[in-house]
Amino acid sequence: MSSSTPLSLRHNLDRLLRAASLGCALTAAVVLLLILVFLTQASWPLLQQPASLLGTTWQPSSGQFGLQAMLGASLLSSVLALLLAVPAGLLVSIWLIFYAPAPVARVYGAMLGLMASIPSVIYGLWGLVVLVPLIGAWVPPGASLLAAGIVLALMILPLLMVQADVTLRESARRHMPAALSLGVSPWSAIRRVLLPAAWPRLWPAILLQLGRALGETMAVLMVAGNVVQWPGSPFAPVRTLTANIALEMSYATGPHLDALYLSGWLLLVLALLLMALARIYGSRT
Amino acid sequence: MISRNFIVLACTTLLLSACAPQDKQTITLSGSSTIAPLMVEIGKRFETQHPDVRVDVQAGGTSRGIQDARSGLAAIGMVSRSLNADERELTPYTIAQDGIAMIVHASNPLAGISSEQVVALYTGKLNDWADLGGAAGQVVKVHKAEGRSTLELFLKHFKLGNPAVHPDLVIGDNQQGIKTVAGNPQAIGYVSIGTAEYEVKLGAPIKLLALDGQPASTAALLAGKYPLSRDLNLVVKGEPDANTRALLAFAQSSEVADLVEQHAFIPAP
Repeated sequence: MSSSTPLSLRHNLDRLLRAASLGCALTAAVVLLLILVFLTQASWPLLQQPASLLGTTWQPSSGQFGLQAMLGASLLSSVLALLLAVPAGLLVSIWLIFYAPAPVARVYGAMLGLMASIPSVIYGLWGLVVLVPLIGAWVPPGASLLAAGIVLALMILPLLMVQADVTLRESARRHMPAALSLGVSPWSAIRRVLLPAAWPRLWPAILLQLGRALGETMAVLMVAGNVVQWPGSPFAPVRTLTANIALEMSYATGPHLDALYLSGWLLLVLALLLMALARIYGSRT
Repeated sequence: MISRNFIVLACTTLLLSACAPQDKQTITLSGSSTIAPLMVEIGKRFETQHPDVRVDVQAGGTSRGIQDARSGLAAIGMVSRSLNADERELTPYTIAQDGIAMIVHASNPLAGISSEQVVALYTGKLNDWADLGGAAGQVVKVHKAEGRSTLELFLKHFKLGNPAVHPDLVIGDNQQGIKTVAGNPQAIGYVSIGTAEYEVKLGAPIKLLALDGQPASTAALLAGKYPLSRDLNLVVKGEPDANTRALLAFAQSSEVADLVEQHAFIPAP
């Protein structure tokens, strides 16, 4: 805006922008609130009998709505994905920043951006036609907790690396020259200075990816096997809460439908808790 | 329930207000996802002959079809099985027939299976292909998720309760079942015969097993020999209006037989 604009008009524009941004912010918050209210209301009849929801048996036709095994499967597959993706992602980011030749790093960075934009269902399809038969040849049936964990890990890896890359670069800019000038080897500097310094900001990124893994539906539905049970081993099939909603929502009526709304409510509450955690860790830095 | 009805009401109001200027009658169908794709095609052909009618088809499973026809949310319910004793107030109009085939990977040496073997497999009493006369290896049992009429018919025919079934894999629709079996030489599953035959024609590496000595094919189904079959029905409550009656008659007529065959079902007799 040029300085010749009258002061009053500038104030008006400021006010307009303020009102517009406030409006958008409020809409987003209200929509989230409405979803929460709707899900709570829809699952209210079942929420009043928490004992029946904690069971392991999911037999909607005989009125048993135990969500325990599916909640467990959701958490296990997401945590497994993090266990696979976080160390690998960090190592690749470190290699990219400190060891890779510049042209390779540039190409690799572009590739990461591309990988991050692949729809998750593509990872699921790859899992179904390549990964599941591979695991199946080793330990049948193939579709398993392990397959779900690997597919989820692949799905969250690109964004995790993008976020880690930004954080580690910033951390390196601040601390690396000082550490190196003390005569420490690059690897010790990375391990003892860089990672501890970057950790408070890596942690929220990891929690955000955990939220994504928990919420993923199609990719997991295609490779997890969808049998409702606590897995006895990584090779046992499992059904996650999201897969259950996708499988049964269009066929459910009555209390069965309420139970599916309740699984949605549970997922939303979990996601909100994770975001809050990420916030709290993020604000500590 | 209340909130769902409210959403349906809100959506219907929106849809109706969008239709208002054209002054058309809308016939709403809801129910079985097996019948829905066929009824969409039949509806399109019906609309070209009756420009004042709009046919609106929504898939949501057989139980939804029964419920919506009862409550009046849909003029016609789509039900991919025969009506039960407690559903007598609904009138069925059979538009086609379909069967369920047991399928295995094309490389499986097995050619047929008996009902006892299917029950023993799905209840976990048999676990190895060698017990069925095949090459040794663990059987991967593919089962359907709750609410599908394919599952209901399977359980009813083999007199199984769902809690007694111990599957290795649970899938949603027929396509996913065929992809799963095609990708796993150890797997056995069950899908609509029509869909399975169609996929075999397209080159999917699956094989339809004969059940109790009867080959699983639309030909055997047509001859009435194949045991695991079902009627695809349209159901209405009470006396339908003129346009709905016309649509019901049209869906049963020979004018749509080509569409029924395209969807790999057998036209109603």
